[in-house]
Amino acid sequence: MLELAIGIILGGCALGAGCAMIAGIGPGIGEGHAVAKACEAIGRQPECKGDVTTTMLMGCAVAETTGLYALVIAILLIFVAPGRFVDILMQAIGN
Amino acid sequence: MSIIFLLLSILSFVSAIVIKILFVPASEGIDITGAHVFFTIKLPIQDLPITEAQVNSWCVMLGILFLCLFLTSGLKTRNVSVRQLLAEWIVEKSTNLVRTNMGEYFVGFAPFVAAVLGLSAFSSLSSLIGLFPPTSDINITAGWAILVFFLITYYKMKAGPWIYLKSFGQPVPLLAPLNIISEFATPVSMAFRHYGNVLSGSIISILVSVGLTGLSKTIFSFLPGALADFPYLRIGIPAVLSLYFDLFSGGLQAFIFAMLTMLYIAGGFPAEEYAARKKKREERKAARAAVMNANKRESA
Repeated sequence: MLELAIGIILGGCALGAGCAMIAGIGPGIGEGHAVAKACEAIGRQPECKGDVTTTMLMGCAVAETTGLYALVIAILLIFVAPGRFVDILMQAIGN
Repeated sequence: MSIIFLLLSILSFVSAIVIKILFVPASEGIDITGAHVFFTIKLPIQDLPITEAQVNSWCVMLGILFLCLFLTSGLKTRNVSVRQLLAEWIVEKSTNLVRTNMGEYFVGFAPFVAAVLGLSAFSSLSSLIGLFPPTSDINITAGWAILVFFLITYYKMKAGPWIYLKSFGQPVPLLAPLNIISEFATPVSMAFRHYGNVLSGSIISILVSVGLTGLSKTIFSFLPGALADFPYLRIGIPAVLSLYFDLFSGGLQAFIFAMLTMLYIAGGFPAEEYAARKKKREERKAARAAVMNANKRESA
């Protein structure tokens, strides 16, 4: 029974980490769209290349935030969560 | 004389490396557990752990301090040296940046914005020397974000607390809870964006290093003895990755942190209401002064 419980904990953590990174779709689509619009703007006005590129990079870095939230959750689930959860399980069994 | 400051600046970075070599235990394989705690100070409410990230942050701060002292010592009006040109270029660029993004009222913010930019950039770049970058610890970036949150709230309240409370009811009073949540989401998102980018860079570097070590052990196993254990593939390849993860990503995130600070503070400042309030106060003061002058002339 103990092995089953620990197996469920570790499997759940791994599955959660995998599902969390589905959020990587968002920044990919959004930033690709932003770069497309930036290319259009440069094509229309080639002398504004520096300003457009700086603004585009800034916008991309801000839009990256939600993807990073997902990455932090996945890293926590892989490296930190199993130890904590198994400790809680051992405490509950000991009592 | 001023070369002493440059030596002190290099000494503070070297001392951070020496502390890491002496006190942080070496790790085998993948070790992604966060900063190493050196010791804990017992305090009444909550213990204060002194971690590797804090010590590295202090060493980076000392390094930047002595570097700035080196750049600005011995200023002259003629026959300027190269470091004086560099110092003047830095001051000019940061003042222009603040004036362009925040307007004329906030020009005094230039030292603060340049300090945040420099500290953030140097902290992220310290991973090139082999240190644990302080910005890959959530506590460091959360501290800066809380400071920025207090600044934003102070400048929002400058036109009076009633206008600050009314701004939560724009555009529809029904959206007030969402506005309050987005107030708190600002520092949280700033802290997590900076922390997440630097952390992901360091994790990918660790994983690539471990992978290349294993790969080189299997490829070069035909060599005798100790020559086979040396990780040959780790010599040049991780440097190419660190061009993106350390240099580009660290510098860009530092710039974005500074830009968001400027935009949030200047954007939340109610300029028209503050100007109107100041004008009303000066009119009242002028009216009272005119009344006192009239009384003095009557009694004299």
